[in-house]
Amino acid sequence: MTNASESSTTVLQRAEVAMQDEFLRKAVRFTTDRLRNKKQTVTASFGNWEAWRERGEAIRAHTIANLDFYLGQFADNLEKQGAHVHFAHDAAEAVTAVRQVVREKGAKQIVKSKSMVSEEIHINQHLEEDGVRVIETDLGEYIIQLAHEAPSHIIIPAIHKNREQIRDLFEADSANNLSTETRDLTAFARRRLREAFLSADIGITGCNFGIAETGSMVLFTNEGNADMVMNIPKTHIVVMGMERILPTLSDLEVMAHLLPKSATGQNVITYMSMITGPKRSLDHDGPTDLHVIILDNGRSRQLGDAQFQAVLHCIRCGACLNVCPVYRQIGGHAYGAVYPGPIGAVLSPLLNGGEQYSDLPYASSLCGACYEACPVRIPLHDMLVHERQRQVQNGHGKPLEQLAMKGYRQMFAKPGCYRLAVRMARSFQGPLVRNGKIRARIGPLGGWTATRDFPALAKRSFRDLWPNLQNGGDSDE
Amino acid sequence: MKVSLFITCLVDNIFPNVGVAMTRILQAHGCDVRFSPEQTCCGQPSFNSGYCDASRDVASALIRALHEADVVVSPSGSCVGMIRHYYPELFADSPKWREMAIDVANKTYEFSQFMVNVLKVDDVGARFPHAVTYHPSCHGSRLLGVKDEPLQLLQHVRDIQLIELPYARDCCGFGGTFAVKMGDISGAMVDEKAQHVTETGAEVLVGTDMGCLMNIGGRLSRTGQSTRVMHLAELLYEGMRNSKEVLV
Ligand code: SF4
Repeated sequence: MTNASESSTTVLQRAEVAMQDEFLRKAVRFTTDRLRNKKQTVTASFGNWEAWRERGEAIRAHTIANLDFYLGQFADNLEKQGAHVHFAHDAAEAVTAVRQVVREKGAKQIVKSKSMVSEEIHINQHLEEDGVRVIETDLGEYIIQLAHEAPSHIIIPAIHKNREQIRDLFEADSANNLSTETRDLTAFARRRLREAFLSADIGITGCNFGIAETGSMVLFTNEGNADMVMNIPKTHIVVMGMERILPTLSDLEVMAHLLPKSATGQNVITYMSMITGPKRSLDHDGPTDLHVIILDNGRSRQLGDAQFQAVLHCIRCGACLNVCPVYRQIGGHAYGAVYPGPIGAVLSPLLNGGEQYSDLPYASSLCGACYEACPVRIPLHDMLVHERQRQVQNGHGKPLEQLAMKGYRQMFAKPGCYRLAVRMARSFQGPLVRNGKIRARIGPLGGWTATRDFPALAKRSFRDLWPNLQNGGDSDE
Repeated sequence: MKVSLFITCLVDNIFPNVGVAMTRILQAHGCDVRFSPEQTCCGQPSFNSGYCDASRDVASALIRALHEADVVVSPSGSCVGMIRHYYPELFADSPKWREMAIDVANKTYEFSQFMVNVLKVDDVGARFPHAVTYHPSCHGSRLLGVKDEPLQLLQHVRDIQLIELPYARDCCGFGGTFAVKMGDISGAMVDEKAQHVTETGAEVLVGTDMGCLMNIGGRLSRTGQSTRVMHLAELLYEGMRNSKEVLV
């Protein structure tokens, strides 16, 4: 299973492939289980988690409601410190901005730290077309780069790989013999990446949060690789989504609790790196040239839309993926988009518009686990319903479904029709029923009866029984 | 207390005994139980699929049937969640209907929620000497927030052996039309759920929503498991009759 993003398949078709991959399913279950259990433990011992979530939601809601102001303040402060700010309307503009810097510097080798936004604009692919070597330095990203795949989780990009597969990838790249011990595998990657850090001309990172008040950018990592990426090469390019702003450093304090606890169940993040402007004369290290690319790419369309603005509150912690029962079964690639899981099912159709991801909002049972997990309380399940409603409003309902809903409307809107229809259904079901169950894969029920039985209609409905029940009579069936 | 029933379409046509059990329990606790046959469905299947117009038509039939009630009780957390959570939004454009929708939303309760929080009853005097495991349905527990109430009722049942269900809070894969539209994904989800139920070794799986129970029960029966699937009201009512027999 490799990248499905460009394919014309449906989510259900991709899911079928994924569900046949026992390795993938085991790996995804194992890791999501571990992450959510750790999260539970950490938030329970931290205490008042609901109050923290409310604070998180309030900060994000305030920021996004005043995004133009805070973005302006952020960009002003960046420039005051000597950084170059580029606003990119779409992916192409962001790529052009990066390319320009790369050309100016005559760069041949780039190190990167993990960033979903850079996946969104497919920067590696574009730079490689220009003959520039890009090396991912997050261990998970490094693994999937070797496998020529896309991340299948927001936080754990190689969640779908097991140790044997990782060992094989490393061996293929180096002709070394390696064991499947974590220690060996990480030591190998560390050696390789060290060489890359020291010889790179440019470092590219994402940005977890941009602080408007100070013009600082904050990165959270567990491997410390972002520190190297932003401090060793002379030039540092930051690519960030326009929504990743926080007004002040004290807001960051709240997020520094919410993000790692939700993402991996860690009480605190291992490395929090903050950069405020390029290297000053007395600084020991840091880039001499700092470029910040702030990407819209469909985000601003959500501003002012009461049903969807809150999607911009997302801090990309991945907690919604870890609790999602659908993600657990099908993994990230089946979503066929850069952002998988519940947030991806909501975000991908919104960012891209059009038809491309129109089936993603249906890949959810609306169980609400994502909302419950989200540290900033984004009502993802409501948004999924609203996206479905928008599609129907815009005339994109599937013909068969439209017909079924028409039938449902006619039958259930009038009690008389309902009674008649039930009576008819009861007499038609006869040949399909065995021991009170329907197993035949007929019509729209086929999706159900492939894996489970469907109960037959009862001989007498509740409304038939009611006359004997109402006076407390004892004529129970 | 005058209590009007909202018997969901699933219970009405497929699981009428759940309605019977609920009626009997309410009557046993002094409620004057009513039922308007003018009701059909809450409108959730079309709402969640994106068809708001269809839902408005169906929901307005229900509102008409219930708007004169004092309180409404229903054996489904999911349908009550639909009424409480989405009816006001569904009728946002019509002030008159919106007002009626909010009124119905405010007085509609899920069965266990009504028993514990309104009637203040958590012990119905039932005896049920079996090993039982409980699946909390997503809509009832998350959207409606009914989490402890069913357990409170179960914990007071005599001789019951409650076994914790592993991964209890994971969705069973029902999700209404999801189970049909995304049949394979839903099938994989219910398969996992059914395996967890079987692992507990419980004789009975109990829940508060027939959609989910029909889903899990359908998988259990397809895989040849004999686990009995019951709505909380059925279990309590059977338990009440058990303890009467003991007394006699
Ligand atoms: S939607 Fe919420 S839970 Fe999901 S990634 Fe974003 S912040 Fe995290």
